[in-house]
Amino acid sequence: MTLLMDKAGDGAALDQQVDLAALYAESNIAETLAQLDRDLVGLVPVKTRIREIAALLLVESARRELGIQAEPPSLHMCFTGNPGTGKTTVARRMADVLHRLKYIRRNHVVTVSRDDLVGQYIGHTAPKTKEVLKKAMGGVLFIDEAYYLYRPENERDYGQEAIEILLQVMEDNRDDLVVILAGYKDRMDTFFRSNPGMASRIAHNIDFPDYGADELYDIAEIMMATMHYRFDDGAASAMRDYIARRMQQPRFANARSIRNAIDRARLRMANRLFAQRDMPVTRLALETITAEDIRVSRVFSQ
Amino acid sequence: MRITQGQFSFLPELTDAEILAQIDYALEQGWALAVEHTDDPHPKNYYWSMWGTPMFDLRDAAGVMMEVTACRKAHPADYIKILAFDSNKGFESIRMAFIVQRPEYEPGFELVRSEGPGRVIHYSIRGYANARPPGERYTASR
Repeated sequence: MTLLMDKAGDGAALDQQVDLAALYAESNIAETLAQLDRDLVGLVPVKTRIREIAALLLVESARRELGIQAEPPSLHMCFTGNPGTGKTTVARRMADVLHRLKYIRRNHVVTVSRDDLVGQYIGHTAPKTKEVLKKAMGGVLFIDEAYYLYRPENERDYGQEAIEILLQVMEDNRDDLVVILAGYKDRMDTFFRSNPGMASRIAHNIDFPDYGADELYDIAEIMMATMHYRFDDGAASAMRDYIARRMQQPRFANARSIRNAIDRARLRMANRLFAQRDMPVTRLALETITAEDIRVSRVFSQ
Repeated sequence: MRITQGQFSFLPELTDAEILAQIDYALEQGWALAVEHTDDPHPKNYYWSMWGTPMFDLRDAAGVMMEVTACRKAHPADYIKILAFDSNKGFESIRMAFIVQRPEYEPGFELVRSEGPGRVIHYSIRGYANARPPGERYTASR
């Protein structure tokens, strides 16, 4: 209360103005966000959170412009979701957003897993973890399957040491580094329960929902378009059937399964064209995947 | 006596912000950085102790600064310098070297004359700090 009174009292003009729209335009963030909307199918909660973070950083820079002092907000994050829901892709986009808003100095993501952080013998872990942290400085450190860092079944596991170093750097070098942990929801929950220090330092928990069948089809279309392929009419409905069946089967990995399906369809298409190599091939034929390329998949025979 | 060795040693001490800017420059050139320290001030002491291994593949100066801070903490009274190594063909050598920490009090050097056969006199210099064993040279003199 006294602080507020002082502020008003010492004549700091409370009606000073700053142009948020100009800051918004200057950061080019609109372009990144629009691209995010275009390139990533679904993921509504993720996009909402990225927008919120962008707004927070924008307001933060407006406050800075008027000389309002504040600690930079903590932006360590945790991405939870099933395989193939786009956690790594979003991490890269996040680095882009944070870089444009000048929260991080370099637009780079260092992706690591347990093996890159944890050593094999006593005294090996600390230098290894520090090395990785130094490489990630100024950008984003993305730790995939972070729950493997903590192995409760082995009390001499060196993972704990890596976690402690990580925690210290997350606290001390908050303006040099953003740490993003990623993994399956239930296992991350267990990880946070046994590492409350880590849980309390993560400000944003973002859950990646599974894709619906229509979203998966849209993803397939986007993947095909970027690789300059197209479905013919039969293939489009075959792909929809394929997705519906594949989703019911074990080891379904969302977008990753779709990518694999497309890769196999490309293989079959190439074989089909090669089998009739006596005839000239048109550009259209080279770009088109037919129903037959998809229908022969093992998924349909099961 | 203030020791002048490497770059910037005739300038006032670099601030941390200036050190960060120099490191950023070295990283932009693609050079690898290393931190070394010593408590032997002799100008011909070429081999300083390495603080960790040289750092390759870094993108940002904050990573190097982390090591400098750790070294300063462990050796608060030593000389500490930053080296930038250029691995490009044709260079393959140190391109930058500058001191980022020095002892508070530098006692300087003594001129030592030793008489040889006949009228020959050999001259050498010897740091006053070197009278003490390594590790106690600057901490004790303060």
